[in-house]
Amino acid sequence: MTRPPGGGVRPHGSDPAKLWRALTYGVPLGFLAVFFVYPLVSILERGLRSDGALTSPLDLLTDPLTREVVWFTVWQALASTVLTIAVAFPAAYVVGRYAFTGRSVVRALITIPFVLPTVVVALAFIAILPDGLERGWAAILIAHAFFNVAVVVRVVGTFWASLDRRVTEAAATLGAGPWQRFREVTLPLLAPSLAAAAAIVFLFSFTSFGIVLILGGPGYSTIEAEIYNQAVRIYDLRAAAVLSLVQLLCVGLAVWVSLRLESRLAVRGQLRAERDVLRRPRTRGEKALVAGSLGALGVFLGLPLAVLVERSLATASGHDFGAYRALAEPTPALLAAPWEAIVNSIVYATAATLIALVVGGLAAFAVAGPGGTRILDGLLMLPLGASAVMLGFGFVIAFDEAPLDFRSAPWIVPVAQALVAIPFVVRIVAPTLRAIDERQREAAAMLGASPGRVRREIDVPIVGRALAVAAGFAFAISLGEFGATVFLARPDRPTLPVAIFRFLGRPGELNAGQAYALAVVLMVVTAVSVLLVERIRLRRGGWL
Amino acid sequence: MLRVENITVCFAELAALDAVTLDVAGGEVVAVLGPSGSGKSTLLRVVAGLQRLDSGRVLLDGEDLAPTPPHRRGIGLVFQDHALFQHKDVWGNIAFGLRMRGGTRPEIERRVRELLELVGLTGFEHRSVATLSGGEQQRVALARALAPEPRVLLLDEPLGSLDRRLRDRLLDDLVGLFAELRITAIYVTHDQAEAFALGDRVAVMREGRVVQTETPDALWAHPADEDVARFLGLGNVRDGAIVRPEAVRVTAAVGEEEADGVVESVIRHGPTVRLRVRLADGELLEAAVASLDHPAPGDSVTVDVDPDGIVRLP
Repeated sequence: MTRPPGGGVRPHGSDPAKLWRALTYGVPLGFLAVFFVYPLVSILERGLRSDGALTSPLDLLTDPLTREVVWFTVWQALASTVLTIAVAFPAAYVVGRYAFTGRSVVRALITIPFVLPTVVVALAFIAILPDGLERGWAAILIAHAFFNVAVVVRVVGTFWASLDRRVTEAAATLGAGPWQRFREVTLPLLAPSLAAAAAIVFLFSFTSFGIVLILGGPGYSTIEAEIYNQAVRIYDLRAAAVLSLVQLLCVGLAVWVSLRLESRLAVRGQLRAERDVLRRPRTRGEKALVAGSLGALGVFLGLPLAVLVERSLATASGHDFGAYRALAEPTPALLAAPWEAIVNSIVYATAATLIALVVGGLAAFAVAGPGGTRILDGLLMLPLGASAVMLGFGFVIAFDEAPLDFRSAPWIVPVAQALVAIPFVVRIVAPTLRAIDERQREAAAMLGASPGRVRREIDVPIVGRALAVAAGFAFAISLGEFGATVFLARPDRPTLPVAIFRFLGRPGELNAGQAYALAVVLMVVTAVSVLLVERIRLRRGGWL
Repeated sequence: MLRVENITVCFAELAALDAVTLDVAGGEVVAVLGPSGSGKSTLLRVVAGLQRLDSGRVLLDGEDLAPTPPHRRGIGLVFQDHALFQHKDVWGNIAFGLRMRGGTRPEIERRVRELLELVGLTGFEHRSVATLSGGEQQRVALARALAPEPRVLLLDEPLGSLDRRLRDRLLDDLVGLFAELRITAIYVTHDQAEAFALGDRVAVMREGRVVQTETPDALWAHPADEDVARFLGLGNVRDGAIVRPEAVRVTAAVGEEEADGVVESVIRHGPTVRLRVRLADGELLEAAVASLDHPAPGDSVTVDVDPDGIVRLP
């Protein structure tokens, strides 16, 4: 029986309700206005004005270098997406169709590469790829696939695990063979999740920065990396600003296309609980398939990280902890001892997590609450698309004059990192809030709970878990954040990714060894925070 | 004790409840019987205070409940599909209402144990509700609603999502429980067997109205109109009168000329067999036969009707 509308448990129009609403809308919108919109406007101004007069950016847009950069950005993103789906598909199939011991462990382990800092991934591939291949487009594509496999396995695999087996069985009884069943039934049903995953991978690859900057080498620059080159190395702020605008337009277009695609492909159907769908592999062939797919993926994901660890311990004469011990000593590569970067990273990431939780948590209530709009939802996603490098660059040119000279303020790094993490926080918390069955609140009210008590007993405990999950992700993201931080971190207060990057920029075996050692430290800290998250993760928390 | 007076509720101009009046005496169970969409659940939500109403009153012991929010009404509701708190275990669910009332720990402890025993779930205290079977979840939902000793208990198709055998068993349990607790309750269902088994009286709803409220026997003996008769499964309506299937006697015809009709279908319903006979005038007549030696489809038969089994419709 359908539930009639018009329930009356939530208070409407009362003063606490109004205050709550003002808080949930005001704080996120204010934060975005100051730390996102204003830097963006500054970029716009810098790109369209030179010497105080409006200038057409056409000269820069038609520049062959710009065209080359845009072209490379687009094709490497497309190629990365195709490669990622190809690599991830067998594992998505296995996770989506079979129940096996350690299935949840596999899902957790697969997620680790996705949240690893880009700098660590780049370093792992420098460590493992043979000389000559370690830089260039192939290295970029492989690193992107490594990075994004989790997205495809989790989005597609989770969706697959909710597709009713009986639909393909029905097709079989109607005479469809395995290939026909896949093409005619499974693939169309999977299409929305494939499109969603592809869109995410494309966007991440399109805005990829750390990997391209480190693995790209000369001639392989994406828009994102070129913004950094122009702003920091060539110091052409106008070119960097114009490239930022190009980036923004491209990302907007990509998001629009993917949303259209998703709504076109959407198939409404009854989704089933995983336990009704998954079954144990029975035949030898099935067992081999499960073991083979996961084993191959395990090697692809595990080997680079293992080699990274090995290289951090390698010396000319064997293996020892020399590179790690050297982290305590001052080095010409940095204005601080390397170990201080570990402390800086943890302090910054903790602050960023707190900011992201407060702003993103309030925003989630606004988005999920009555009258929550898609516009606000979309607005909150913007920092994700606008890319971290743009944010960092925007901060540098927006906050360079009194009274807004914040460039060396200690809180500017956490604020930028929080901005990158907020979309994830909203994405994790809002669906949980929305998913709370109104009848749970009604049931509590029927048992004597007042509206405030209902929020305390029902909303808060349920969202509490999502908030804990979001905190873990925000922390991991902030730890590895590189694009914005590389602009903003003071030379005497580097974070781990920045320190690694500085070491890489200098020749010598000890520098390389220290870069590897710091990357291992960063990897371990990140992995621990993610594994903690996985333990408290909601069982049905979407793809994250 | 509970009086629902002239309640009207409209959804987008459409009356989901249309001037509904219903009385429930203390210790009485009223079963509300009707097809889906007839407004049964809306009626419960009105009594619970979860649904605003366009006109009418809900009185409990003579007091108008309009200004009382749901959480202060002291009315228990067992939701369709249970609506258990997924983030709490069995104990946490059952103790919830007691905690809201501000009971002391030993009090709560004693009462929860009492209820677990009542619904046969002792030992399930710390099980997660997600791991329970449908029947167990239903029992937890019932225990949760009963724990704070509500003045009135409302049940919204509590057995609706369960399979038939489990339903029959829980139905027996509920009958025993209601008799033992002398509880005042409204029990909403679309299932005739549930309504007749549990209701001291049965209120039949159709399109937002209560069309008849009677004891099960009286309802069965005198349906208010043809629709109620048909809803109860009394399909033989001829010339403004109901012919009870069990009053129709069917015997094999000796010769073609003597036959009153031909058997069209034979369906066993538990202890009786339902025969549908196409009469010479083209009408269908249903007969319930207890004998194992009954005619087969296609047989020509003669039909007699016991006059006691004919009920004139008003």
